[in-house]
Amino acid sequence: MAHTIKDRTAIVGIAQTRFGKGLEDSELSLACQAISAALDDAGIAPGEVDGLVAFSMEDGREVEVARNLGLGGVTFFAQVGYGGGAGCGTTGHAALAVASGQCEVAVAWRARKRADKASRPWAQTGNRIDTPWQWSRPWGLLRPVDEIAMLTRRYMHEYGATREHLANVALAFRKHANRNPAATMHDKPLTREQYMSARWVSEPLCLFDNCLETDGALAVVVVSAERARDLRQPPVYIHAYAQGIPPQHQTMTNYFCDDPLAGPSHTCARRLWANSDVRPADVSVAQIYDAFSPLIPLSLEGYGFCKRGEGAAFTENGALEWPDGRLPTNTSGGGMSEAYVHGFNLVVEGVRQMRGTSTSQVEGATSCLVTSGEGVPTSALVLRR
Amino acid sequence: MAASGFVLPGLEDPAARPFWEGTARGELLLQTCADCGKMRMPPRPMCPACRSIRVAWTRASGRGRVWSFVVAHPPLLPAYAELAPYNVIVVELEEDPTLRLVGNLVESAEGAINAVDPSTIRIGEPVRVVFAQIEDVALPRWVRAGAAG
Repeated sequence: MAHTIKDRTAIVGIAQTRFGKGLEDSELSLACQAISAALDDAGIAPGEVDGLVAFSMEDGREVEVARNLGLGGVTFFAQVGYGGGAGCGTTGHAALAVASGQCEVAVAWRARKRADKASRPWAQTGNRIDTPWQWSRPWGLLRPVDEIAMLTRRYMHEYGATREHLANVALAFRKHANRNPAATMHDKPLTREQYMSARWVSEPLCLFDNCLETDGALAVVVVSAERARDLRQPPVYIHAYAQGIPPQHQTMTNYFCDDPLAGPSHTCARRLWANSDVRPADVSVAQIYDAFSPLIPLSLEGYGFCKRGEGAAFTENGALEWPDGRLPTNTSGGGMSEAYVHGFNLVVEGVRQMRGTSTSQVEGATSCLVTSGEGVPTSALVLRR
Repeated sequence: MAASGFVLPGLEDPAARPFWEGTARGELLLQTCADCGKMRMPPRPMCPACRSIRVAWTRASGRGRVWSFVVAHPPLLPAYAELAPYNVIVVELEEDPTLRLVGNLVESAEGAINAVDPSTIRIGEPVRVVFAQIEDVALPRWVRAGAAG
């Protein structure tokens, strides 16, 4: 076994701004507020931060963040691409940098004014495109939901998945959001009848198969395991980390390969579990990227919680629901019912589960899987207490 | 040329240009490695099987089957919203079912993308290519294999 980063770093600070639509603050301001609060949570001064990892889609970049927070000198900075695929990626890059001595205190974050129409890439499509989108958008496959709906229809056809299974996902995450005062949907219960009668967005996906449109920001602080032991919060160790681009992958429109339903999670999982002492069967709580409900069964299969084609059936009998489900998932409400901040809220909720501070705390959980976007080049973390 | 409001290929990607030149002639061309013969779509500069950059083009039969489909509803870009709900299909090609193209199921080459009743579309049903002229682009679309024309 190569020299891995297993348990050599820990997340010692987390924070989030409020979530909303049409927040007045800029993405940069939201980013700085979240990072500032995460440093306070950790008890670390801004002058000690020497590593920054951003989403490549981020508006407030490293230089601006450093200037606003008054950082003392940054020796490692990097960006991770592919939007929702980057949440665990930024945190993982921070861990790699700390573990390899490129910096001592690294921050990863995501801030987003998603509710601002100008921040929706699909709505900015020009009339003429020479990118790979020329193979899908001219026919009206315009939005992420259309692209995933295409895979979903095929998945249903091959494996007998139904809308009832997708409703299992949406309802489980809504129940968790109803227990989380910070969640956008805290006060809004969702019934199966409401789900089944909701308007279509891209058949076979309806409104409640989609994530929210959220303004907000979250941040995490990563230091070495040695340093973590002396800080005010219980350390949450980064046990394993991986990224994934499967063979012949095309971002979002993954139709042009031998096995379109074996998405990035399959590749990511191979490295993740190879570098982990924790096995899928040991994981008792998960935060799985949920821009769209069908990504849950696809990811459950990719990360090895069940076999190919069994992800939909896995959701039956309340399997994803706190407290008694087989795998309570997205315990803060996830992207579909807490906030959609490119999946970064899943990383922060994973840390809360390991600290024992989730509003839907899974008793006795010692490890948590966190994943990023399925359908795009992705990333995942195994966190442990 | 009237602006359609559709999103269209820019026709400037050198790897893709022969494909769009082919559709303009009413031909569906598949990028093919000139060294090892493997066909690949969408077009790209290098063959992932043998790393050759020598490219040939194979004229496809224009027959395939529906691999999957969606029915898009608003919010959408304005030109598409006017037609919603409309279908978008992915077709697996007769030459190799792992070669797939995005398209629409229509009743004829110039037919609207919202004319086929979506409740009648079936995965696996055989289709045949047609070409719809939109601005200066001939977009491949698909009709049911038994359709006239």
